[in-house]
Amino acid sequence: MLTVESMKEKIKIAIIDYNMSNIFSIKNAIDLLGFESLVTSDKKEILMADGAILPGVGSFPEAMKHLYDRKLINPIESFISSGKPFLGICLGFQLMFEESNEFENTMGLGIFNGKVKNFQDISSEIKVPHVGWNFVSKNNTQSNYKDPLPKLKNKEHFYFVHSCYVDPTEEDIVYTTTEYSGNRFTSSVISNNIFGFQFHPEKSGPEGIGLLNEIFKK
Amino acid sequence: MSVAVRIIPKLDIKGPNLVKGVHLEGLRVLGKPEVFAKYYYEQGADELFYQDVVASLYGRNSLQEIISKTAKEIFIPLTVGGGIRTIEDISNLLRAGADKVSINTAAIENPGLITEASNIFGASTIVVSIEAIKQADGRYFAFTDNGRNSTGKEILSWAKEAELLGAGEIVITLVDSEGTGKGFDLEIIKKISNSLSIPLVVHGGVGNNIHVYDLLSYVPVSGIAISSMFHYNTIHHLRDLGGYEAEGNIDFLKSNRSLSFIQNTSIGQLKDYLIEKNVNCRKHERKN
Repeated sequence: MLTVESMKEKIKIAIIDYNMSNIFSIKNAIDLLGFESLVTSDKKEILMADGAILPGVGSFPEAMKHLYDRKLINPIESFISSGKPFLGICLGFQLMFEESNEFENTMGLGIFNGKVKNFQDISSEIKVPHVGWNFVSKNNTQSNYKDPLPKLKNKEHFYFVHSCYVDPTEEDIVYTTTEYSGNRFTSSVISNNIFGFQFHPEKSGPEGIGLLNEIFKK
Repeated sequence: MSVAVRIIPKLDIKGPNLVKGVHLEGLRVLGKPEVFAKYYYEQGADELFYQDVVASLYGRNSLQEIISKTAKEIFIPLTVGGGIRTIEDISNLLRAGADKVSINTAAIENPGLITEASNIFGASTIVVSIEAIKQADGRYFAFTDNGRNSTGKEILSWAKEAELLGAGEIVITLVDSEGTGKGFDLEIIKKISNSLSIPLVVHGGVGNNIHVYDLLSYVPVSGIAISSMFHYNTIHHLRDLGGYEAEGNIDFLKSNRSLSFIQNTSIGQLKDYLIEKNVNCRKHERKN
């Protein structure tokens, strides 16, 4: 039976497929929220979507190589300049920076200024990967600040699995920070329509799913 | 410590059913795993640990279907074990939606599998599971197939070896206390924890909130896997809603005989208790 509700155009979210991650959880989360998920590496499909996610688990150099091989760098840049919501998760977040020294120095997408570094460069005492539920704290808690994700509570736990962290040049894009082994690192950035999470919203329970909804709902 | 302690419901699976035994034996059917899993998710579980308890015996893994269904509505890390023997087995489970796999028998028989899997999938994906049974001389040895077969490996050295081979996490089941609700042997857990630099998850013996707190204040383990205490609470909860129909041995549950050592506590209640005691664990907006 077709209802008015089901005939409504669903919001389409492109999940960029570049052979670098378990994208099923993200797809499941997007589907659960009632959006239409498109797992794709097709330029047209990506650009037509209402929102896009760059996922990623694995190594930075390999990920960049796959993005080049699949000619995905231009579509990502065009999508971002369209002003529609774009979210990088974990490695997908790190790829948005200028370069990483994971395994070898590799240029990233350079959407944000700053570098990706390994926790073990700070001290070999720090255990990597950083795995588990950790607090994220909002960077700006001033009362006159317009919070882009007001449903995110300050000091909520989210799920992390990573060995590298981003060190942004511009402080004002830092949305949350997280402490690990006595070091505070950037756990998310937001700049206009561009979102980047070091943690996995698709593995962070109802709160994580809620963030995805807040980013992509119209 | 900045990472929260993980409270992990462990779901032993036989065919399509959730089962539970004592000392890993005498399995009884409790119901449908998806019903329990959903309740645990809503109550704030930090991870779910699925174990196919007969997979190793029959050399198969039937969990794939359950995992892919679970991953559609449950958004926390899923760890899956039982009958994993090859890289392909691991790859299939990850593709079904598992985040980590737990290996016991195959890791003992072919330790090289740990290294190979860790290199391919990343150490954080590979969990080595150890079933520990105390011997007459006080030492603990590793067993396989739900405590049936001795491996001749002493657990402290085996856990360390697994770490060096590339395991990202160790799950230790204390078979002597498993399913009894009588608490843990804290000394052996401390010894294992001190010898490892990777996360340690402990299973087998939790009967009440105090057992959990006592363990955490004595040894800061990364996670605690709990079955009986949460399963019985779930059954009570479902009965209250009138939605519980056991397909299996319900007389056992009705009699409550074996449950005298086990407190009726939900994950939410356990977490409230731990947070009150200043333990860093994840708080979650629960449906009640």
